[in-house]
Amino acid sequence: MNTTPTKPGTGHSPPQPPAAAPHPPPRRGRRSSSTVSPLLYLFPVPALVLYAIFFAVPTFQAFQYAMTNWDGFSAAYDNVGLRNFERIATSDDLFRNALTNNLKFVLVVVVFQTLFALILAILLTVNTRGSVMLRALFFFPTILSSVSVAFIWKFMYDPNFGLINSVLETVGLDGLTGAFLGNPNQAIYWVAVTQVWFHAGQMMVIFIAGLQQVPKEMYEAAEVDGASRWGRFRHVTWPMIAPATAIVMAYTTIQSFKAFDLILGLGGNPPKQSMDILSTRIYAGFTNSEFGYAAAESIYFMVVIALITWAQRRIVRLTQAGAQ
Amino acid sequence: MRYRIGRRGVLAVYAVLIVVPLLVVFTGTFKTQSELFSSPFGLPSSFDPGNYHTVLTERNLGRAFLNSTLVIIFSVPITLFLASLAAYAIARIPGWKSWAIFTFLVLGLAVPAQANMIPQYVLFQNLGLLNSLTGLVIINIVVTLPVSVFILTGFMKTLPREIYDASSIDGAGPWNTYRRIALPLSMPSVAATAIFLFVIHWNDLLYPLLFIQEPSKKTLPVALLDFTGEFLTDYPMLFTGVVIASVPLVLAYLFMQRWFISGMTSGSVKG
Repeated sequence: MNTTPTKPGTGHSPPQPPAAAPHPPPRRGRRSSSTVSPLLYLFPVPALVLYAIFFAVPTFQAFQYAMTNWDGFSAAYDNVGLRNFERIATSDDLFRNALTNNLKFVLVVVVFQTLFALILAILLTVNTRGSVMLRALFFFPTILSSVSVAFIWKFMYDPNFGLINSVLETVGLDGLTGAFLGNPNQAIYWVAVTQVWFHAGQMMVIFIAGLQQVPKEMYEAAEVDGASRWGRFRHVTWPMIAPATAIVMAYTTIQSFKAFDLILGLGGNPPKQSMDILSTRIYAGFTNSEFGYAAAESIYFMVVIALITWAQRRIVRLTQAGAQ
Repeated sequence: MRYRIGRRGVLAVYAVLIVVPLLVVFTGTFKTQSELFSSPFGLPSSFDPGNYHTVLTERNLGRAFLNSTLVIIFSVPITLFLASLAAYAIARIPGWKSWAIFTFLVLGLAVPAQANMIPQYVLFQNLGLLNSLTGLVIINIVVTLPVSVFILTGFMKTLPREIYDASSIDGAGPWNTYRRIALPLSMPSVAATAIFLFVIHWNDLLYPLLFIQEPSKKTLPVALLDFTGEFLTDYPMLFTGVVIASVPLVLAYLFMQRWFISGMTSGSVKG
């Protein structure tokens, strides 16, 4: 049995070095050498077994499928090595289109959603009755299903009967009316607008939690020093909410890569090419019985997400260093 | 002063952007297509629930509602049970072993659903679990185990060890300590996770789309998505489907707002 002393409550952290202090720290500080019941090791077993069979093993198999030309039905298929990967990287225009759309979408959503959420959070940190109600209202769209949100916005964007065009016509701004989703150059950005409407309130709540951690004295001190409203934001708020910003941006990135449902709802199944993103492209490969090829696409997908998440962390770290 | 007016203005505009589409959708469920197009903002001429009747019976949304409910009733409690057992063990087992269990389970958060869905499909096919609600329950449990373990472990680690120690001194085994002490004390985070899972599973589209072909087994989001094909621009019907699919979530949100928000944001920390 492992008797290395560990800090209580940090079960998953590596073993701590023994305390160097001459006096033992308070009881809470160190685990006694008592061992836990061996029965405890049975507790995670059901979760581990299910997760291994239905999740972990299939994840590894994805790599194997990716090197075949299996269609999903035939008993026989060939091992084609890295040919799928090569085709995706060099000659698959549909994949490239989906990747470009996906990157545009994620970039626009991350920038605007973070900005909106932050502005709303700043405007709603005061705990008045009104702002508590507005917080609840702004959060509301998040609980709806993506398919529902897609249908609501399908009506907003409808070129003939849609809400946006009729409002624009009523107020005499006929020049601004448009086909929205019907315009191949704009479609993906209109999906981004919908995504921001859908989730900005959720990110706002994370920012509010971050803002409420900022000690009031810091603002008072800044005010005494004669800092302007902007100065207070720049030198007090911003450095303090950098961690919340990192969480919001990382979560928004993952969430907008998963905009699958919204795309199917707004762009059809299969979606129009102007709205196709990586997740819908992989799904199309699946429905077209190109299992091997779609598996290879899914591995690219994983790599893209990993790269972007990594780049984002670096950027956040650099900005945090810059803010201090 | 200028700030205050600006603040009110921004908040009012955003409130309008949220409220107006939702109101148009809700009132639209009582309108006919032409009524909706001629006066989208007006009140309906009568609150005739005809659209609801059509959608629930002829369009089989009633069946889909039942299927979604069945899937939720099984997947949420089972996920919570398995995840809380694992989280409790991770919080108590010392050293690298709990670190290994935790890391293995939580690594799943980094895998996008599209990455392993094809092998999963093949596996479910081989096990005869396609076109079955049981299959959906299993996939739901499996894909949300990582996030549930992540949230619950975070909470159970904060419980003071003295409580566990006192319990074992009193002669309770790990099972009783889990059931009588750890689980009741973790209720805030269990409740938040439950709501998070409820929203995720109730609204999930990908797996039901992938695993279910038979119309009588479809869940709400899939049945709803089928509407686009059937009623290309019959917005009142679409809206009625949207409202029916949202009713349980909206009710839960109205009554458990605090849990709801903490649930939906504790899930967000997984980024």
